[in-house]
Amino acid sequence: MSALRKPAPAFERTVLAVPSMHCAGCMSKIERGLGARFGIASARVNLSARTVTVDHDASLDAHDLVQALAGLGYEAQARRDELAPRLSAARPLLAPLAVAGFAAMNVMLLSVSVWSGAEGSTRDMFHWISAGIGVPAIAFAGRPFFASAWRAVRHGRTNMDVPISLGVLIATGLSLYETVRHGEHAWFDGALMLLTFLLVGRVLDAMMRDRARAGVDALLSQAAQGAMVVGADGKLAWVQAAKLAPGMVMRIAAGERLAADGEILSGASRFDQSLLTGESAPVVLHVGDPALAGTLNLEAPVDVRVSHAGHDTTLAEIARLMEASTQNRSRYVRIADRAARLYAPAVHSLAALTVVGWLLAGASLYTALVTGVAVLIITCPCALGLAVPVAQVVASGSLMRSGIMVKDGSALERLASVDRALLDKTGTLTMGRPLPDKAALVALAPDETAVALALASHSRHPLSRTLAATLAGWSIAPEPLIDVTERAGEGVFARWRGLEVSLSRPQGGGAAMAAALAIEGRPVRLIPFSDRMRPDAEAALAQLRRLGIECSILSGDRPAAVGEIAHATGLTAQANARPGDKQALVGRLRARGRKVLVVGDGLNDGPALAAADASMAPGSASDVGLQASDLVFVQDSLLALPRAVRAARRTMAVVRQNFALAIGYNILAVPLAIAGLVTPMVAAIAMSASSLIVVGNSLRLARAAK
Amino acid sequence: MTILLLLIPAALAIGGLGLAAFFWALRNGQFEDPEGNAVRILVEDDE
Repeated sequence: MSALRKPAPAFERTVLAVPSMHCAGCMSKIERGLGARFGIASARVNLSARTVTVDHDASLDAHDLVQALAGLGYEAQARRDELAPRLSAARPLLAPLAVAGFAAMNVMLLSVSVWSGAEGSTRDMFHWISAGIGVPAIAFAGRPFFASAWRAVRHGRTNMDVPISLGVLIATGLSLYETVRHGEHAWFDGALMLLTFLLVGRVLDAMMRDRARAGVDALLSQAAQGAMVVGADGKLAWVQAAKLAPGMVMRIAAGERLAADGEILSGASRFDQSLLTGESAPVVLHVGDPALAGTLNLEAPVDVRVSHAGHDTTLAEIARLMEASTQNRSRYVRIADRAARLYAPAVHSLAALTVVGWLLAGASLYTALVTGVAVLIITCPCALGLAVPVAQVVASGSLMRSGIMVKDGSALERLASVDRALLDKTGTLTMGRPLPDKAALVALAPDETAVALALASHSRHPLSRTLAATLAGWSIAPEPLIDVTERAGEGVFARWRGLEVSLSRPQGGGAAMAAALAIEGRPVRLIPFSDRMRPDAEAALAQLRRLGIECSILSGDRPAAVGEIAHATGLTAQANARPGDKQALVGRLRARGRKVLVVGDGLNDGPALAAADASMAPGSASDVGLQASDLVFVQDSLLALPRAVRAARRTMAVVRQNFALAIGYNILAVPLAIAGLVTPMVAAIAMSASSLIVVGNSLRLARAAK
Repeated sequence: MTILLLLIPAALAIGGLGLAAFFWALRNGQFEDPEGNAVRILVEDDE
């Protein structure tokens, strides 16, 4: 692996995102397939991040590699440079965890000897060795907590890390003092155990977020987005989106997205603008019509002259709206920090009162201080620190297994309190892409479907690809074809058992989208395509209603198209909503005290997603939608919505139970500490027992998403 | 009790060795791709 660190001289290194690989088979196919190609020195798959790192000859560029991967059957995109160094949240915590664990175990070994009766100089030696291991280990492993606590204190706030840091530092200081004084009790083991338990919780939490982010990153089009540009001499060259300039002529093939705004120079095609405007019906554009960046060319190749490149006006407007609304979200205070606000002052004044009480009762200053410190150590929020993260980690893991990625633990807290849902139509309630009509496919003869699948699988056209994907799900074997040719803008043509066959654009080209399957000597079969409701939409909406969440549709599409879906679902709807309108509605509902969930996928939903209390997007969403939302569901079924809400509410119920357990533990332990009865052994047993109980209770969430 | 003088350093040394090995693994990218490593064992190396 270490050989991967630096590319061999004379080779260039390119990292490509390959979202669709998922198993050992994909991995070896890609590594061997690429490795065998001329000019490629080595290819190494990272399955966690869904990327391939390729060392290749300088004569190849990212576009060649994408083509090579397409030849192997995988869609790939070169990563943007600025995304390349991926920051993991878990990795910086692994070394502190290892150190804390190592030190805790060794110190515990020595502590057990002390507890079982080591006396005099032996005990002193054990304490000194413990100090030798413990102090550096605490200084190193405690840094994540100290740094966070210091940040909070400096800004005049408090969080869970403040009582943790205080407890650990005071325990260490007292133990050092006791060691020097040949005292009876040292608390190094308790401090280290506390750090270990808490770091385990943090690492698990960070790993879960890393995985969710890797999943979302893989869905984002990491694109070196760009376009084939027609040069002055008529030659085609690949130009990255950032380098496109007004006046250039882009050739947009069917199935490609526009990388810049422009005007159509030649050709005509249907364009899918749903991510940009929410409009579901494809728009026909002819020579002279403006075409917007982000729209998908559905039919025929066209030449487009670039008018605005880079950050064009539509995107800039949406970005402005989003920036304003993300500030709402950052004001949310997580439940653990809200608990810390109550907990820290209570515990610290309790310790102070203990010292005062013992002094009043006539004890020496030393005894009073030691007892006060014991109170701080025993109340150190071991269980409280684990109560929230472990529950959220277990629930997120369960959600992830059922295809819902949670980007942030606080998302579950916010989602649990939601009582109002606004659903986008295109791409959210519906699939957001044209799908072949089932009835028309069922009506075909078996050999006709096999020919249709064979023809469709030879084409990159969006309609062919959905048709191939649908038919492949029916376990039909494609018929062997010969002389396959694809004519851009027309269709796929081939010979089958000596007969001419084709899958092409229907003659006349009516308003609806369709493909015509022609087999020589048989009547032409028409396969209509249309957008469909997501499976289980009605069941999902009924479940949301039962959960007490009022739903309505908020769409940028035309009233007629929205009305159809509103009628089918029985929801109220608002049509023709622009991005600003959607955001304003969310603001009005929140001002009335409602907790709003927004579910949407498009660029136009971005501001509303960012402004809402909680937001969800389907995996097919635009980059903006994926980044603005808290949860991403990578499944077709809309049942992901009620499932996520139920899991969030169950998580919060368990979090509250955990808090009750942690407080119950304190109610038992604090009187002992105030009475001066707590020894390091009692503290060690009490702390680990309470932590394990909280972890055990949280593990019940492993099936939360069922 | 003199045996302690031998046992304690020995215990610490063995533990420290494990810790050092973990740090080595962390620096050398052994934790870069846990999912990939889990399935790589299933890839047949027939060449």
